Amino acid sequence: MAIIGFEEKEFFASGHRACAGCGEALALRHIMKAAGEKTIVAMATGCMEVVSTPYPETAWKVPWVHCAFENAAAVASGVRAALNMKGDKETNVIAIGGDGASFDIGFGALSGAIERGTKFLYIATDNEAYMNTGIQRSGATFPYAATTTSPAGKIIPGKQQPKKPLPFIVASHGVKYVASASVANLPDLKAKVQKALKVNGPTFLHVYVPCIPGWKIDSSTTIEIARKAVETNVFPLYEIEDGVLKFTQKPAEKKQVESYLIMQGRFKHLTPELVKKIQGYVDARFAFLEGIEGKKCFDVLY
Amino acid sequence: MKKQKTKEQAQSGISKTCPGPMVFSKGAVISEPGSTMKYKTGNWRTYKPVIERAKCIKCGICWANCPDAAIKKDSDGTFIVDYDYCKGCLICDKLCPVKAISHGVEQK
Ligand SMILES: Cc1ncc(C[n+]2csc(CCOP(=O)(O)OP(=O)(O)O)c2C)c(N)n1
Ligand code: SF4
Ligand code: SF4
Ligand SMILES: [Mg+2]
Repeated sequence: MAIIGFEEKEFFASGHRACAGCGEALALRHIMKAAGEKTIVAMATGCMEVVSTPYPETAWKVPWVHCAFENAAAVASGVRAALNMKGDKETNVIAIGGDGASFDIGFGALSGAIERGTKFLYIATDNEAYMNTGIQRSGATFPYAATTTSPAGKIIPGKQQPKKPLPFIVASHGVKYVASASVANLPDLKAKVQKALKVNGPTFLHVYVPCIPGWKIDSSTTIEIARKAVETNVFPLYEIEDGVLKFTQKPAEKKQVESYLIMQGRFKHLTPELVKKIQGYVDARFAFLEGIEGKKCFDVLY
Repeated sequence: MKKQKTKEQAQSGISKTCPGPMVFSKGAVISEPGSTMKYKTGNWRTYKPVIERAKCIKCGICWANCPDAAIKKDSDGTFIVDYDYCKGCLICDKLCPVKAISHGVEQK
């Protein structure tokens, strides 16, 4: 049975300990609705691992393996190898890691698993910092965001580097299906999970998820902020299929990045000059995507 | 000289604040799927969303966007809050297109 196009059953149960309004928990709920019962999840440590399995309880209704910070993709590879030995071709294997786990710490294991051509879906849930240990900056933290390790000082105003382009690094491995998705567009997230799971090889999703304490936002604004990120091109929704990029939702009329930044405490130190700089960064990144739209930009090796 | 506590005294002191050693299953395997349902997060709430049944147009937007799966579809198709699990984030209140959801401070 479905409710407004989504599976009615929950595979990520209530009672989990995520903060009220957590975007990452909402993403997991929908990822699991899309993937369904015949799924095994390997999850890196991070908020979602901690809030979903307060021993001896679990929010998961599918087999789920707790992994170290570094090795969710390697564990998923092992699960796939075991399923192959059993002749099981039906079961989905999904590895999930936060941005810290995916962009930084488990990056090597991710690269290894996709390079080996393992059939599995890797999902990086990106809340732009190491939230579970108290908001440290990661390779995915948005430029000029204040975190505990990139504080908004008088001389250095927050994080000084751009976001690591992980989806493109993954696409460069020759992966058949890479996409960005967001809790702002749940039908799009569902479609991408299901499309990725049909591919006979490695696939990758980069999922945008607001974090309440990490972004210093009100718990009711999770979806509004996620929508604003799409409308301002801060987080464009696209897919790279067979090496060709296509947008799956393009804002009708582009909004100014400032309208996104002012909703969040992590950007409250920004001066008009910095806001302008960020607008330039977002415009340049989006122009790059538009530049490669519809062209074959990555080899597909699997 | 400071009086040394006996082993028993020390342990009884601990037991007042600590439930005792945790016994783990082999491999720390958890065998009951969805068992976080035993833990009711409803008492986390500061704000309480209330869905006005007569105004609900059965669109399901609140249901889809709740991070805690704390909204249920009732037999007549309208949506209702499961206060055992609702944490009061008010995402549903913000998103309802016909303003059928309002909120107040939770009265404990
Ligand atoms: C090797 C290692 N280093 C550090 C930690 C501590 N640690 C646990 S979760 C976490 C942060 C996770 O960040 P992210 O992957 O972005 O997930 P989030 O909590 O933001 O969802 C850290 C640093 C660890 N478990 N293992
Ligand atoms: S700290 Fe952020 S990511 Fe972690 S449970 Fe809370 S809202 Fe979710
Ligand atoms: S307030 Fe939040 S937790 Fe409660 S029903 Fe609404 S969306 Fe769900
Ligand atoms: Mg994170």
